[in-house]
Amino acid sequence: MATITADLSTTLSKDEILRYSRHLIMPEVGMEGQQKLKAARVLCIGTGGLGSPLALYLAAAGVGTLGLVDFDVVDYTNLQRQIIHSTADVGRKKLDSAADKLKGINPFLNLRLFDTMLNSSNAMELFRDFDVIADGTDNFPTRYLVNDACVLTGKPNVYGSIFRFEGQASVFATKDGPCYRCLYPEPPPPGLVPSCAEGGVLGILPGLVGVMQATEVVKLILGIGDPLIGRLLLIDALGMKFRELKLRKNPDCPVCGTHPTVTKLIDYNEFCGVRGEEKPVSSGVPEIQVEELKRRLDAKDDVFVLDVREPHEYQICNLGGYLIPLNDLPKRVNELDSSREIVVHCKMGGRSAKAVAFLQQSGFTKVHNLTGGITAWSERVDPKVPKY
Amino acid sequence: MSKIHIPTPLRQYVGKQTSVDVKAATVGEAMSALVAQHPDLRKHLYTDDGKLRAFVNLYINDEDIRYLQKEATALNDGDNISIVPSIAGGTLGESRDSGVRS
Repeated sequence: MATITADLSTTLSKDEILRYSRHLIMPEVGMEGQQKLKAARVLCIGTGGLGSPLALYLAAAGVGTLGLVDFDVVDYTNLQRQIIHSTADVGRKKLDSAADKLKGINPFLNLRLFDTMLNSSNAMELFRDFDVIADGTDNFPTRYLVNDACVLTGKPNVYGSIFRFEGQASVFATKDGPCYRCLYPEPPPPGLVPSCAEGGVLGILPGLVGVMQATEVVKLILGIGDPLIGRLLLIDALGMKFRELKLRKNPDCPVCGTHPTVTKLIDYNEFCGVRGEEKPVSSGVPEIQVEELKRRLDAKDDVFVLDVREPHEYQICNLGGYLIPLNDLPKRVNELDSSREIVVHCKMGGRSAKAVAFLQQSGFTKVHNLTGGITAWSERVDPKVPKY
Repeated sequence: MSKIHIPTPLRQYVGKQTSVDVKAATVGEAMSALVAQHPDLRKHLYTDDGKLRAFVNLYINDEDIRYLQKEATALNDGDNISIVPSIAGGTLGESRDSGVRS
């Protein structure tokens, strides 16, 4: 990364000197360091779980130019962890919501907002205007895109990622350090990484990891401390344990190795096997709509409702179905009577489609998947059933 | 004895344990013992032809086995094996667009 040098344009005003006094009185930062922060241009990809604490702390620290990339709108379920957004912001563009809070914390901030989805045709040009990229995204195609664009533009990639109670943090794409592809040359095929039944995230966790990312950004700008270059920090929030693994630059890495084969950005959705809006998994298994199930239940038809969600989901809401979590189904299939009509449901129809396919393979012929799951039931049959 | 640290996404396949102890001379043997004890884990870690999936990395203590002797890397008593899969945030459970996920 080019060294950030402070110049006259980053002189601090009297107000700024007072604002940042707690930085200035430390020799490791001082006037020179604060001016480096002011001269720095950091691009935050995503203003969600990770992006929220990241952007908030960078604004507070006095980063001069902060770019935000986000095309999304604040959703009610975001508020559990995306602390830059508040209840009044639900429905607003995340960029606008974030901009208000960031300017509120630090009016000296030069904010650049990019209301766009980062993709192969805009990433390179965007990254060129910044010194450090902080990746706060939530999907594999974008992670690979950010990584490759960082390597190709020579900008460090401050990486953080989370899953339920665990996180990872590192700094990729520095000149001598590894990049994300040195660690993970290939993404997991969609649908293979355990997800549906294991979705969800402890709200606090992106807070922890996002602030670690902000810390690394500040260290890179100031040139102090030991950044997480060549180090993968593993965070176990439940155990409150932190472990570190050594990362090496892979000389055969297709992007940052000695003979790179990736010299421009590719189609990352294709790379990750994601074909745009995925077709419903349920194509291929017999379906039943929620209205039809309601009709049959009201008519007291002999229908056996099988719920393949997890016990904690059953407690949120249920249709009175017989609960066998999907992963337990193979072991407990003998609890089911194959002579009966069985309707299988889950939250949205994905897991239950897998269950139906499994049951068919096990010789069940009278099974149907409830299209859209209990969510569809709530939306179209009984709004008193909570959605989650 | 070596301890294999199980990452969160895979704990459901090992009866929710956070780590599994195995007795083995090499990393390869330790992993075979692990998937023998917990067969549901196999397809998440290995392809049909028995290769470790590319989005999963194995570490002995803090070193990536790819830079040691891969699955032939010898284990000493008390070594920690970490399985580190790539993760990318809570998206798969929460994205509105991925309606296929339940």
